[in-house]
Amino acid sequence: MTALLEAQGLVKRFGGLVATNNLSLDVQAGECHALIGPNGAGKSTLIAQLAGELPSDAGSIRFDGQDVSRLGMAARARRGLVRSFQITAVLPEFTVLENVALAVQARLGRHYGFWRRAAGQPALRDPARQVIEDIGLTARAGAKARELAHGEQRQLELAMALATEPKLLLLDEPMAGMGSEESRRMVALLQRLKGRVSMLLVEHDMDAVFALADRVTVLVYGGAVATGTPAAIRADPVVMEAYLGTDDGGWEGAA
Amino acid sequence: MGKLTRERGLILAGFVLILAYPWGVSAVGQPFLIGLGTRILVMGLAAASLDLIVGFGGMVSFGHAAFFGIGGYAVGILAFHAHEDTAFLGLIPGTNQALVAWPAAFVLGGLAALAIGALSLRTAGVHFIMITLAFAQMLFFLFVSLKTYGGDDGLSFRPRNLLPGLDTRDETSFYYVVAALLIGFLVLARRLLDARFGMVLRGVRENERRLAALGIPPYGIKLAAFALSGAVAGLAGALMANQVRFVSPELLHWTKSGDLLIMVILGGLGTLYGSVLGAAVLILLETVLAAWTEHWMIVLGPILVALILFARGGLWGVLAGTRRS
Repeated sequence: MTALLEAQGLVKRFGGLVATNNLSLDVQAGECHALIGPNGAGKSTLIAQLAGELPSDAGSIRFDGQDVSRLGMAARARRGLVRSFQITAVLPEFTVLENVALAVQARLGRHYGFWRRAAGQPALRDPARQVIEDIGLTARAGAKARELAHGEQRQLELAMALATEPKLLLLDEPMAGMGSEESRRMVALLQRLKGRVSMLLVEHDMDAVFALADRVTVLVYGGAVATGTPAAIRADPVVMEAYLGTDDGGWEGAA
Repeated sequence: MGKLTRERGLILAGFVLILAYPWGVSAVGQPFLIGLGTRILVMGLAAASLDLIVGFGGMVSFGHAAFFGIGGYAVGILAFHAHEDTAFLGLIPGTNQALVAWPAAFVLGGLAALAIGALSLRTAGVHFIMITLAFAQMLFFLFVSLKTYGGDDGLSFRPRNLLPGLDTRDETSFYYVVAALLIGFLVLARRLLDARFGMVLRGVRENERRLAALGIPPYGIKLAAFALSGAVAGLAGALMANQVRFVSPELLHWTKSGDLLIMVILGGLGTLYGSVLGAAVLILLETVLAAWTEHWMIVLGPILVALILFARGGLWGVLAGTRRS
């Protein structure tokens, strides 16, 4: 089996700080791969490198059988490597439907339509409505994104990424800032997506990670210290020492 | 998107006002005011083209007068060579025909915007403002140095460009030609903004990084909008040159770019029609105050500050009861 995403020897330095330290990682097709680690371990930097937002200082990234190391963010997104943002990045003055329809348009790729109303085009509207229904935002489809509650904005954020029909979703803390009820719903949603779309999930909520992930990679100081099944990671003595700490309360950010 | 009926009513009122204006000023015995109306519509066209990139695309260009001036000079230089019976650079014969000169102004404005945009759009924010200003200043000094075409003093020509079947020397006819072009542009721009292109353009203003993350590279979209905006400004410049039968580097002066930005902001950023309203208010204020006192700028300044402070969302936003598009 070949990996859907294969990163090898990735390095990112910010001045003297090594944010990503010779990191290798793979995501198999259909897998939900979680990335955990303490604050400052370089998780968000790694996501930005994989998405093509930050250029890497060294290393290579293969995606879906192609070397994408030199492609920009938009070009990688068009190949199906799509990220969501930790800090919600929806278009505030657009309605929910317009936000998602724009994501559908991004997938279809024809932006130079000058005459036909976008809102009246079934090719944009119908898939957008479908994704909105899947994500559970149908009742809010006509509301502007800035009017949504935080949890709803997080849902919309995910809906936009999904509407591009990605092969691999890079999810940067999808539960960030959510209440426990909202988190539960988001986990249920991601559970339903599992298998349909491959995921690389950065998350602090350990309950969510262990509920969703097929494999977990632990990141410390920009390097992967361990990769394995959730059960193996929990039992791994290296992980315990480096990250979990010796006492049980060491899970950083755990709910 | 269902538009508010109040905005629809306002559009209709504006439409009727534009069509009835020459009749109205003639009825009250002031037909010389038709020329003032023409000037408002021309500046409204230039301002609306600027709103396309500033209000909808979030690209604050401080060099829009460059394209306006290029369009004006295209008309002026072609008319000059037609009169002298010579050729521009010894190659391109002059012409008085609007159907040649105006498309030329449109294309040249667009090409200049394409070139300037291709370089400027690699920057953003304050840098973008400064670089567009710098390019416009370069062109300003280029036209100042063109002694053949009057240099500093500018270039007058006559008659107005000719249109088949219409007497453009007649102020009312020329007014309606300008009105038709303005209304045509507003209809096209509205369609464009609601079409796929417009969705992406407005998305650029909202969150450019998000667009890239979805797989939409913003650069091409921004450049296309910038070039289109420059082309329409070029056409507006051609119309202004015809209105006064005179072109000078004044057309490209940075204060002209400032005027256009004030019109857009006064009318309401991202409201399209508001730019025409902004142009009307600014020009009328200037005209009335200048007739009243020679220190009219001292009075105009505070009025503008007050209007912009108290009419958030612009005059159009206040009248239509909407904020932004």
